[in-house]
Amino acid sequence: MQTLRRTPLYERHAALGARLVPFAGWEMPVQYTSIVAEHRAVRTSAGVFDVSHMGQLQLAGEGARDYLQSRLSNDLDRIGAGEAQYTLLTNDRGGIVDDLIAYRRGDDDYLLIVNASNVEHDHAALDEMDDVSADWALLAVQGPQALDRLGIDVAPFTFREDDVLGVRCLVAGTGYTGERGCELGCSPDDAAGLWDAILEQGIVPCGLGARDTLRLEVCYPLHGNDISPERTPIEAGLGWACALEKEFTGVDVLRREKEVGPEEKLVAFVMEEKAIPRQGMRIAEGGEVTSGSLSPMLDRGIGLGYVRGELADAGTDLTIDVRGRPRTAKVVKKPIYKREEA
Amino acid sequence: MAADESYPDELKYHREHDWARIEGDTATLGITWYAQDALGEIVHFEPPDQGGSLAKDESYGEVESVKAVSDLISPLSGEIAEVNQAVVDAPETINEDPYGEGWLVKIRLSDPGEVDDLLDAEAYRQLLDEQ
Repeated sequence: MQTLRRTPLYERHAALGARLVPFAGWEMPVQYTSIVAEHRAVRTSAGVFDVSHMGQLQLAGEGARDYLQSRLSNDLDRIGAGEAQYTLLTNDRGGIVDDLIAYRRGDDDYLLIVNASNVEHDHAALDEMDDVSADWALLAVQGPQALDRLGIDVAPFTFREDDVLGVRCLVAGTGYTGERGCELGCSPDDAAGLWDAILEQGIVPCGLGARDTLRLEVCYPLHGNDISPERTPIEAGLGWACALEKEFTGVDVLRREKEVGPEEKLVAFVMEEKAIPRQGMRIAEGGEVTSGSLSPMLDRGIGLGYVRGELADAGTDLTIDVRGRPRTAKVVKKPIYKREEA
Repeated sequence: MAADESYPDELKYHREHDWARIEGDTATLGITWYAQDALGEIVHFEPPDQGGSLAKDESYGEVESVKAVSDLISPLSGEIAEVNQAVVDAPETINEDPYGEGWLVKIRLSDPGEVDDLLDAEAYRQLLDEQ
């Protein structure tokens, strides 16, 4: 049995009474008090997540831009220094090896933040990059009051080096909740001090349970559930992150698939009856649930799943097989949850 | 607000963390403090059909938290007399009051002798200590 790895904040989580579970080889907090309460804190005020298990790859020097431009799906030239972009690492069948954020530090200087479970796969496919994951702790501070409480501002998909509550950080306007906020990268040695300072601002510690329900409400795909090396960005509705006019791994497959239309599409749905869809449940009309949960904001079962193209339009009725009980659901436009504009 | 840990002496217990309150030939069923704590905040109660029957040691419904699903195991056999509709509508009641307002079903016992197979509070607490 493999020993679980611990982030620099493990002692903090244990002291707060977090429920710790294995996740991608790490011992991570799934909740501190209640997933629903932590979820609502992020939607209404501010929450902080330890995401130090995530991986960091970097590459600097002449040719760095050309190297990544030929391997990542999105067009790196759409961003300049100090900007970040959502992009995909694909295989030669067009399948998704990982989804990640690329941070452009200079013309030929890049940092990638990738899923914990995929660091090794990513590094194998991007073997000229350095795996610097051990040099980083990462905290995500998310919610409508997150930036105010930290006393900073950062525009979405921009980043800079800055002091936050007295700690030197990479401050990035990114996240995985659909709320305003930031991700703070710092030295592992500074992580506990930064965590304590963040909690002193009244920001609520949140576990991976709430992180999962938050991302599902706004239909951000989870690699390993909703996207995988067997699914393409075209099927997953991530064509917007693929610059099909440039050359990158698997682009021929994706161009063809875009032209003829994908056989299956990833759709969002909301249960019409009281029931909670779960990953792996069959969809009677053909297809499978890839993520499912209760939406704490809607108080209804919600999910993502693949269905045949003709069933993918909003308003289509689906039948989810909930452990032998047929339960009706309706395809909805993404995202499932959207804040009501004041 | 979650309840404090307790295992009332007047109840009978099943090893799968279900309790029964026996009153004559009827029993009220629910899940123990330990079961609701292990699940976390309960967000769904899938009840059995009204008018159906329960068989001892078999699943009669489900409770779900955000992350997990758990079968409800019947400690006793009988005909369903009543389903707690208030808990269907507000499943978090199980966390708040697992032995009171958070009861799940009432049954008319078909074999009252089965009660002898259940644990008393002391034996159930001992079982938890061993886990």
